[in-house]
Amino acid sequence: MTTNSHTCRFWSRENGEAYLFLSPWFTGFFLFLAFPIGYSLYLSLCRWDLISPSPLYVGFQNYHHMLTEDPRFWLSLKVTGLYALGSVPLCIIVALLLALLLNGKFRGIGLFRTIYYLPAVVSGVAVAVLWVGLLNPDFGMINQALRILFGWFNLPEESLPKWLFSQKWALPGLILMSLWGVGPGALVFLAGLQSIPQEPHEAAMIDGAGAGRRFLHITLPLLTPMILFNLIIGIIGSLQVFTQGYVMTGGGPRDATLFFVLYIWQKAFLDFQAGYASALAWVLFCVILVLTLAVLRSSRMWVHYGGEDNG
Amino acid sequence: MKTSSLLQRVMLLLGALVFMTPFLWMVLVSLKPSHSSLIDVNPWSPAQWTSTPLEWDNYARSLTIRPFALYGWNTTKVTLLGILGEVLSSSLIGYAFARLNFVGRGPLFILILSTMMLPAQVTMVPLFILFRTFGWIDTLKPLIVPAFFGSPFAIFLFRQYFMTIPGSLDEAATIDGASRFQIYWRIILPLAKPVLATVAFFSFLGRWNDFMGPLIYLSSESNFTLALGLASFQGQYSTDWNLMMAASLVVMAPCLLFFFLGQRFFVSSIVLSGLRG
Repeated sequence: MTTNSHTCRFWSRENGEAYLFLSPWFTGFFLFLAFPIGYSLYLSLCRWDLISPSPLYVGFQNYHHMLTEDPRFWLSLKVTGLYALGSVPLCIIVALLLALLLNGKFRGIGLFRTIYYLPAVVSGVAVAVLWVGLLNPDFGMINQALRILFGWFNLPEESLPKWLFSQKWALPGLILMSLWGVGPGALVFLAGLQSIPQEPHEAAMIDGAGAGRRFLHITLPLLTPMILFNLIIGIIGSLQVFTQGYVMTGGGPRDATLFFVLYIWQKAFLDFQAGYASALAWVLFCVILVLTLAVLRSSRMWVHYGGEDNG
Repeated sequence: MKTSSLLQRVMLLLGALVFMTPFLWMVLVSLKPSHSSLIDVNPWSPAQWTSTPLEWDNYARSLTIRPFALYGWNTTKVTLLGILGEVLSSSLIGYAFARLNFVGRGPLFILILSTMMLPAQVTMVPLFILFRTFGWIDTLKPLIVPAFFGSPFAIFLFRQYFMTIPGSLDEAATIDGASRFQIYWRIILPLAKPVLATVAFFSFLGRWNDFMGPLIYLSSESNFTLALGLASFQGQYSTDWNLMMAASLVVMAPCLLFFFLGQRFFVSSIVLSGLRG
């Protein structure tokens, strides 16, 4: 038996075994992915309340309605976009700063890494409930801290943000909350920092470059692959936020936190508009796809892969 | 060599205190008497932990006010069976990609990875209809059964890890007459403990904390998971902060516990896969 033969024929024993090993995936793929994708595409062209016997084909009416007559569609897009615009860059910057701090050798560094990672381990409803408390305008930890700050600057206490109770501050509150989960992103940057060779730094130091210039011209370019990674993961994650909206604000106040996925869920399982919800889901897919591809495409201009080109 | 300045350490310490504050606040609030004012709660003041009597009773109360033990049992079933299914199926599939030559290996692997791109909302309604046809609505099955068909991220992790195990082991076993499945089960899997722990941990986090799945598929309270039970508890007792924080802490506790226990195993893989969490 030759294991490295490149001619593998379809009816060979090895091929048969491989497909046997893969059979769970094939089954799952067709049952839970391929079929639902096709059905969802079809449903997006239908009107259906999930109860009547069969969907009614209406062509592109759902998409037409969405684009021309549904202000909540545009609103939920805007809310989700604003959240992503606020949360993703902030998280990347904080993660980068954190990684710079964590990149050192001294006793107890492991403990610090654990502490910063910890909030990312807990997620979902329990964290949402906790943050409803932390963001409470009266006794929440956030406003307690702000109250001290306001006192220093003689600002009136009434101007403290009302967070989840305020149309203006609800979304910033949730963006602030997302910063608590910055640990995994920081570890990605940390891995990047630790793989940077020392020589360019030393050479630049001899040439008299200060710490700021060295960071800007050596460290930052070498971290661009990690920025790209965190950017894509961040975009995909922030466009699919659901639990915060459902548990903490119910989409309010006055739709100020009507996240796109929350709107899809409401359409499907509150309003029983299965067709419309499916159409919305496909719009989400397209938005994620286009943004991801755009970021990847642009990365050629700003991501530097070390190793090959500095030989 | 890189040395850390005093300033760096001070900033790290301050940041760590900020990151820990929500947890400590939560513990302190969970131990407050009912309807006490929370306006001055400060977890960094030692006096607040010692002066007033701490109501440990809140934990028993919050967990019995609604059937949290039952929610916990349901969540345990969903989580454990889900992990079992995901680990078994994904490792088997990952093994095939790491070790076997077959028609379409490259394209199939890319297909598996690209399925990660698809947001779950696209298949949400059709899956609901599919499981309704099976008669699985308001049962735990929709939350468990799909795990047995492999998950793309786990397949990827297993495949990468298996590739680092020397192929000579497989060849020696083949000469000794072992079948492919025996090689996978007896030789490769026992050597893959770090990746097994990593996949199991991420699978645990995802399943334990899953909210949208239970929200869509479960309707009777006797089938609720902890996430779902906690959400409805919050809707009903939204002014009983001590009870809410106690219940939330209990739901979080296993995640924190497993993270501390398994840290060594998965800190490096977390770096590789920083996305989860």
